[in-house]
Amino acid sequence: MQLLRIELYKIFKRPRTFIAFGVITAIILLVQVAMKFGGEEYVGLVMSGLSGTFDAPAGQVLNGYFVCFIILNLLLIHVPILVALIAGDMISGEANMGTLRLLLTKPVSRVQLLLVKFFAAASYTLILLIWVAILSLLVSIWLFGTNELFVARGLEVNILSSSDILWRYIAAFGFAAVALITVASLAFMFSTFSDNSIGPIVACVSVIIVFTILTQLQIPFYDETVKPWLFTTHMLGWKGFFYVKGEQGVTIDGSIENSSAILKSGLILLCNTFVFLSVAIWHFNRKNILS
Amino acid sequence: MSVIIRARDITKTFGREIKAVDGLSFTVEEGQVYGFLGQNGAGKSTTIRMLLTLITPGSGDIEIFGMNLPRNRKAILRRTGAIIERPDLYKYLTALENLRIFAKMSGLNLTDKVLMEHLAKIGLADRAHSKVKTYSQGMKQRLGIAAALVHNPDLIILDEPTNGLDPQGIADVRKLILHLSKDLKKTLLVSSHLLGEMEMIADSMLIIDKGKKIVEGPTAELLNPEKILVEIVTDNKEKAIAVLRTTKWSGSLTDATNGNIMVELHKANIPDLNSELVSNGVRIFSLRPKHSLEDYFLSVTKH
Repeated sequence: MQLLRIELYKIFKRPRTFIAFGVITAIILLVQVAMKFGGEEYVGLVMSGLSGTFDAPAGQVLNGYFVCFIILNLLLIHVPILVALIAGDMISGEANMGTLRLLLTKPVSRVQLLLVKFFAAASYTLILLIWVAILSLLVSIWLFGTNELFVARGLEVNILSSSDILWRYIAAFGFAAVALITVASLAFMFSTFSDNSIGPIVACVSVIIVFTILTQLQIPFYDETVKPWLFTTHMLGWKGFFYVKGEQGVTIDGSIENSSAILKSGLILLCNTFVFLSVAIWHFNRKNILS
Repeated sequence: MSVIIRARDITKTFGREIKAVDGLSFTVEEGQVYGFLGQNGAGKSTTIRMLLTLITPGSGDIEIFGMNLPRNRKAILRRTGAIIERPDLYKYLTALENLRIFAKMSGLNLTDKVLMEHLAKIGLADRAHSKVKTYSQGMKQRLGIAAALVHNPDLIILDEPTNGLDPQGIADVRKLILHLSKDLKKTLLVSSHLLGEMEMIADSMLIIDKGKKIVEGPTAELLNPEKILVEIVTDNKEKAIAVLRTTKWSGSLTDATNGNIMVELHKANIPDLNSELVSNGVRIFSLRPKHSLEDYFLSVTKH
């Protein structure tokens, strides 16, 4: 715990750590301001595709839960980049500064040091996510109040009663935490291979871009062989908590349409994390420290 | 005196061809200041990194405090303090924060009062709360040494501790090394390019070149004024070398390359050498005794 505290202390003493918090705060506030002053127009635009089959007053659709859903859709694709900024710097940053060799002359094993640094990166990720949750959910509820949540899925809309939403957000944030820790472990793995900070961050973001393109490609060969195992395929699994079962056109409170798919996605993300972390440990244990 | 470091036949190769350290063996005894000399790329830093488990040797054994490395890595590092090349620290933290981190990494929970005492010893107490990025190279060096010594180690390894320092800084480091050795009875392994400095502080030394041991022994013995190196300056080097090779001086000739003629002999024999050369028709302009460590170092590592 002492070593973990040291690592967190170092992370939160660096000005660059707060860039991510600043960026997230700015994006969320911008969306909230936009929704405050032009939200009903935006809702009308979103719902226009559903006119004829569905009709609800924009004032009812626009509420804190809805705004939070919009923000998460926007943010959880980009937060990985912010996570990579810190996780990709955990080992390579120390090598770059020349402090890695000093740390490794202390009576701490390499595996211990690596795990402590990984947990520090994971803790940072969780703190960042909690900040996202506070701003996107709590502040949105404070600004827009609560009501039913309308979740559009193609030509279909799931309407969740306001008493059936909060737990879904908690679960969604939990799932997002698993997904972001997977990204952190990827950036962390690259960090053990480099002696400069930029390389691992660029490598991680490049992998995310390539994997995301592969995930979105509609080619049967990839659908069956590669896609099921890519972490990018499962990163947006948090949305599954907002897809509910219905009976005669009415959604069932407390239900999840496909809980096994969410579980499977979570497990694959954990497997990816395990693989990335194992590679990092294997490599770092054998690495000659020349920096 | 007990042996603190015993390295046996250690070797390290990078890639397929670069042999940084080649079958190096040496011992460092308790309480010694052990000088580690060699030109750039001679293998000093690689050897020091192997002693600190930063680099894994390709072959050979290392024992420190009588314990095998890397098997007893933690126990050994608990009693060892080190600076490797520049002592880079966390520039965005203050000196006190840096020292606190390295104390905790060594398993110590020292109070700020104790840490301030450590900083006072190296003359940084008044800048304890300044960020390290505002420090001069000399101040960083001193702070690095404080970080290496914060857990009161028995063995201190300093790789080029005077690099980048001004003359005053170099003198301060020399004073500190002598204080650690003579007053606190610590064992020190110090590598440096400043041979004159080494001459003043090292009890024993090892000179390496291309990863191989050239010579090892007590400094006083290596600089024995009785047996000195003499450079022969003449207008006919080929003839001088031929004379030396065919007379009793052939065993004394240490270098006859690149236009230099170096002979190792007792001071008292210099007149005899002169007579021998002159009687064989070699015109001598001067016989220059070379006995400083620098001369010795250059003579034994000349390529």
